Amino acid sequence: MTDLTQEFVAQIREAAAMKQPLNIEGSGSKRWYGNPSIAQRSLATSGHRGIVDYDPAELVLTARCGSTLADIEAALAERGQMLPFEPPRYAPESTLGGAIATALSGPGRPFIGGVRDFVLGMHVIDGKGNVLKFGGQVMKNVAGYDVSRLMTGSMGVLGLISQVSLKVLPFAPARATLRFELSEAAAIQQVNEWSGKPLPLTASAWESGTLYVRLSGARAAVDSAIQSMGGMQLDAATADAFWDSLRDQTHGFFCDAHEMNAGQTLWRLSLPAIAPVVAAGQVPGAHHQLIEWGGAQRWLWSDARADVIRDAAQALGGHAVRFNNQHGAGETFAQPTPALMAIHRRLKHTFDPQGIFNPGRLYQGL
Amino acid sequence: MSAQNQRLIEALGGALPSANVLWQKEDTAPYECDGLAAYRTLPLAVALPENEVQVQAVLKVCNQFGVPVVPRGAGTGLSGGAMPMAEGVVLSTAKLNKILDVDSLSRRAVLQPGVRNLAISEAAAPYNLYYAPDPSSQIACSIGGNVAENSGGVHCLKYGLTVNNVIKVRAVLMDGEVVEFGTEALDAPGLDLLGVMIGSEGMLAVVTEVTVRLIPKPPVARVIMASFDDMTKAGNAVADVIAAGLIPAGLEMMDKPATHAVEEFVHAGYDLNAEAILLCESDGTAEEVEEEIVRMSAVLLQSGATRIQVSESEAERMRFWSGRKNAFPAAGRISPDYYCMDGTIPKKHIATLLNQIKEMEERYALRCMNVFHAGDGNMHPLILFDGSDEDQWHRAEDFGNEILEACVALGGTVTGEHGVGIEKINTMCVQFEEKERDAFFGVKAAFDPAKLLNPDKVIPTLHRCAEYGRMHVHRGQMSHADLPRF
Repeated sequence: MTDLTQEFVAQIREAAAMKQPLNIEGSGSKRWYGNPSIAQRSLATSGHRGIVDYDPAELVLTARCGSTLADIEAALAERGQMLPFEPPRYAPESTLGGAIATALSGPGRPFIGGVRDFVLGMHVIDGKGNVLKFGGQVMKNVAGYDVSRLMTGSMGVLGLISQVSLKVLPFAPARATLRFELSEAAAIQQVNEWSGKPLPLTASAWESGTLYVRLSGARAAVDSAIQSMGGMQLDAATADAFWDSLRDQTHGFFCDAHEMNAGQTLWRLSLPAIAPVVAAGQVPGAHHQLIEWGGAQRWLWSDARADVIRDAAQALGGHAVRFNNQHGAGETFAQPTPALMAIHRRLKHTFDPQGIFNPGRLYQGL
Repeated sequence: MSAQNQRLIEALGGALPSANVLWQKEDTAPYECDGLAAYRTLPLAVALPENEVQVQAVLKVCNQFGVPVVPRGAGTGLSGGAMPMAEGVVLSTAKLNKILDVDSLSRRAVLQPGVRNLAISEAAAPYNLYYAPDPSSQIACSIGGNVAENSGGVHCLKYGLTVNNVIKVRAVLMDGEVVEFGTEALDAPGLDLLGVMIGSEGMLAVVTEVTVRLIPKPPVARVIMASFDDMTKAGNAVADVIAAGLIPAGLEMMDKPATHAVEEFVHAGYDLNAEAILLCESDGTAEEVEEEIVRMSAVLLQSGATRIQVSESEAERMRFWSGRKNAFPAAGRISPDYYCMDGTIPKKHIATLLNQIKEMEERYALRCMNVFHAGDGNMHPLILFDGSDEDQWHRAEDFGNEILEACVALGGTVTGEHGVGIEKINTMCVQFEEKERDAFFGVKAAFDPAKLLNPDKVIPTLHRCAEYGRMHVHRGQMSHADLPRF
């Protein structure tokens, strides 16, 4: 339980005065995500840790940014609760601050919500060294603009997220995982049809002709869904290990040595769930995909040019993320339109007038 | 009318069919206030565009003339967010009222901003889908207004607010440029501008199209009505239900003055001896609801409920809810006027706040009844007064502000779902320091550098906060003197 707020303020004021950019870093477990940082100096957040407030009856947990996800989840589990957005834990030391700044959400995203849906408020230290407090510890709060959401997924380019209040949820009383042999197109159709019915769906994944569906909720709801949906039920340990491997991206698809050795890039396509099958003729590498989120998140390895993949994703109503970009082969994220980019630049100037926070990490020049 | 204003009216007439520009007093009068009728101003003109191109044209004209624009949906807002400016134009989205698409497989609806909230669920009903956020004004309020206010309703705890249920917003910036926030997918590249746009009270851009997610309609819903002989016990019961791992579809509380007022009005069968009643709803499949109702009932009894009734039919469920849903009209029936507050606090402080309000009732010599979204700590104290008595209105205003300041002191917020608008702009001085308010001004300018879209709402200037602080000291009612105000 160490409060380093004043140290951070001093470091930030000094960096701003000297116009020396800072690379905000927690455990460093997501260093490879986003564009490479051009900052020479680091601001280490992992010492700023501790749960500041947690009352299970409020469904709200407040913690400092350097707290590890592991510690937070352990404290929640003790009271039968969880982080509903299931952030990936790339390392045991992965921090809350990193989870919020990247806004990466787990397998339950379309059914339960993403990081943005559970952020209630935060403390942010801006580029002038002001500690700003937005949102709060209550479920409903519309006083002022929702700056907490603006910070969520900002890759740290607007300020240092020093403390976060989250909505948490109880574990479901019952869980089950079903598997079905289905083609890609049939699987996407099927999951979306089920999603329109009152079934306790909380995750889906498809790879190589097999669809996996996770159910969680009241015991009676899970039991009756198993009856009505059919399929093969996985044993609990296998099922938990499978969903964890997707959540933490330890699943074989993400660590494919063959693809990595061939110098291929892992792409994340964020698409409308019912977007048609992405064909290999359209996007090289698309013959082997891992599909999550009922069709809304599609992973593939490809050596195709970025614009080919980005254009295909955009034509389908979504966008593409160059997920492993440690070599800085180009922008990680798709470019917003010029009008939206102008808003990005003005927001950057408002919160970080000297441009010291994670320059380039979200977009080059920002 | 000045020559400059005349030129503006002419230019608007060039941007829109002439019948869609109102500027004579008898035509603009209906727009002088929104649902907060105590604050009124006649606008210079009202523009009623019929499509996005016309919205662009109106904004371009106003931008060129340097004239402020106040966007307006159905005008049901409760915080004066759509109150006109005397030198400004009201842009009404009333004629942009088409449902553009409802897709059952992807569970999305694409709407023009003037579509009524309830009309979305009606259009989705044939597919057994619905749009979850249900503000109590849902038969009249529009989705564009819901986006502006980040509207809630009685089911937020389980199903979220507008921000959790809107995936994309198409809008026009003050300079006439069309932008899209969010995508048809579950996220968008770059900063989450959609998240900032929702709840921005018409100050960042004018909404022209909204894409919402639809969710499956639960086949069954049942509600428990629990009586308590003590407000503190009822407040603790709310916490106990949630601590037991239950997330009710709705969890509402009413105090004794409220149950008495509504019972006379709708005969919902409320327990008039109870100090407080809780309505706790479960929805889902029949088996699921059965299981939850058993667990909820056990917790409520354990927490000291003196009486428990579970709805046995849809008719009975509607009857139990009728009192809660008619609380505002019931207040209107027993008092010439009422003033509805909207603070939110951590649930553990519900009883504390209610006791503070009791003490304030005596001090301000005004009655107050309490109905609220207990599950998310969103309080709606209704202060009863007679608006024909100037002094009563001033006391009601001060009473309201003191309640909101108490909410902030208890770790909460001045508004949970109604927005700041013009009504709560002074109490924003209590909740936020100057540095946060500066950041808000920066966010506003990032979207609207000319500061012409609904200016002077939501974010108080330093000067205004200084005035507010002085006023309070003057009246000798400076509460929470330790809070920074400047």
